[in-house]
Amino acid sequence: MPAVIIVAVIVGVVVLMLFVLVGMYNGLVRSRNRVKEAWSGIDVQLRRRASLVPNLVETVKGYAEHERETFEEVTRARAAVEQAGDIKGAAEANNMLTGALRHLFAVAENYPQLQAAQNFRELQAELSDIEEKIAFARQFYNTNVLSYNNGIQTFPRVMMANMFNFQAADFFEAEEEAREEVHVDFTGGKRD
Amino acid sequence: MTQPPQQRVLVYDRIGANRRSTLLLMAGFVVFFAAFFAAVGAFLAAYSGTATQDLAATTVTAAVVAAVIALPIGFIMYMAAPATVLGISGVHEVTKEEEPDLYLAVENLCIGAGLPMPKVYVIEDSAPNAFATGRDPNHAYVVATRGLLDKLEKRELEGVIAHELSHIGNYDIRIMTLLAVMVGLVALLADLLLRFTWYGAGARSSNRGKGGGAIGLLILVGALLFIIIAPLAATVMRLAVSRQREYLADASGALLCRDPEALADALDKISKDPEPLEVANKATAHLYIANPLKGHESFLNNLFATHPPVEERIRLLRAMG
Repeated sequence: MPAVIIVAVIVGVVVLMLFVLVGMYNGLVRSRNRVKEAWSGIDVQLRRRASLVPNLVETVKGYAEHERETFEEVTRARAAVEQAGDIKGAAEANNMLTGALRHLFAVAENYPQLQAAQNFRELQAELSDIEEKIAFARQFYNTNVLSYNNGIQTFPRVMMANMFNFQAADFFEAEEEAREEVHVDFTGGKRD
Repeated sequence: MTQPPQQRVLVYDRIGANRRSTLLLMAGFVVFFAAFFAAVGAFLAAYSGTATQDLAATTVTAAVVAAVIALPIGFIMYMAAPATVLGISGVHEVTKEEEPDLYLAVENLCIGAGLPMPKVYVIEDSAPNAFATGRDPNHAYVVATRGLLDKLEKRELEGVIAHELSHIGNYDIRIMTLLAVMVGLVALLADLLLRFTWYGAGARSSNRGKGGGAIGLLILVGALLFIIIAPLAATVMRLAVSRQREYLADASGALLCRDPEALADALDKISKDPEPLEVANKATAHLYIANPLKGHESFLNNLFATHPPVEERIRLLRAMG
């Protein structure tokens, strides 16, 4: 009789451990998939922005044909965005494009007729909206990366992450912070 | 009663924490519901003059019958609740072209929160306010008043929308819809039973006393008291949950829009606006970002308050900045 109980306890413990391990592994996979999904959220917006560039360049050319260098800078940056292989590369290319576009819009300030053109103003508004969307997509992506990296680098999951080769994900770094980081701490507040 | 929530970095983590507190809450409500149906069953058994030895069995039967009748009604109420709320609030859907500022704020913040795009509605009323409702992120609705769009700056509007999207992301909309249905169901059943007793009293009085006797009478009075108090208790529970969820939505909203000061300013503007919102009533007031009914402060009003004090919310938000 006691032998049966001992065997049952051992089997129970092993089954329980299996459940915990499977749950841990699935959690890591889920977390990694969320990072991928969040990355595609940024990627969509980066491509949208890049696809507006030729149209923008054509429009500006119509009013300011001598700004060849600026056009080339923007076009180069656009090509870099479309060819970027990994997340670091995409972030760099994106920062390049942001800089080039800023330069282009600064140049456009010198051409009042361009400023007044309906087409140009629409493109400008759409680009600034996409930039905002990139910032939000980046925020969501980076939060996911933080959660995933914390998951695979803390004990005991770090052991499983090493065993199954879970790699830490890269953050999507922006050139400058459009909005300040917020530190949330409600715990220090008065309780009522 | 209401506790400022801990920080939860990621929407998934918050969902996890919320799911646990929701499970506890739901367990509490299941117990409450079971007690309520038991009371209904006991009441019916004692009321119909069942003999003492049969009281227990009849109570169980009556309770099961009451539950079988009530739960499908509850399910229908749950499915229809968001549409009902939108209907009585007099909303109309808007497109990106009609309200670009509002629509883009919702669209962009949804990207930040990793939420699908909800339907966007406007109430044509000059009192600034907003709410979110629905069942889950895939069936969600964000509603803003005309006054909110006119009186708030862009960053304040984004703060308010971030707060509302947090209600969606935290599954508060589901909890609040469920709680409203439960409270409605308890009130409906209690009301039916009390009317039934009132009008049936004369006809039934000859029947009564045949069986139950003193024990039957005791059960009758006890169950009746419980049934009378139940809707009130359910309402107080619901409002306590509602207040707690506001703090959480403020915190996650501030994280989402990265500008707690903007949300604080918006709350300040909304609460200081003298106009009451015409389409809001006691049934929908708890949904809005700030109390739309402009009530005065008192102990009873605090117990039945739908929102935590707005000064406290603003203070906590400013402390984050």
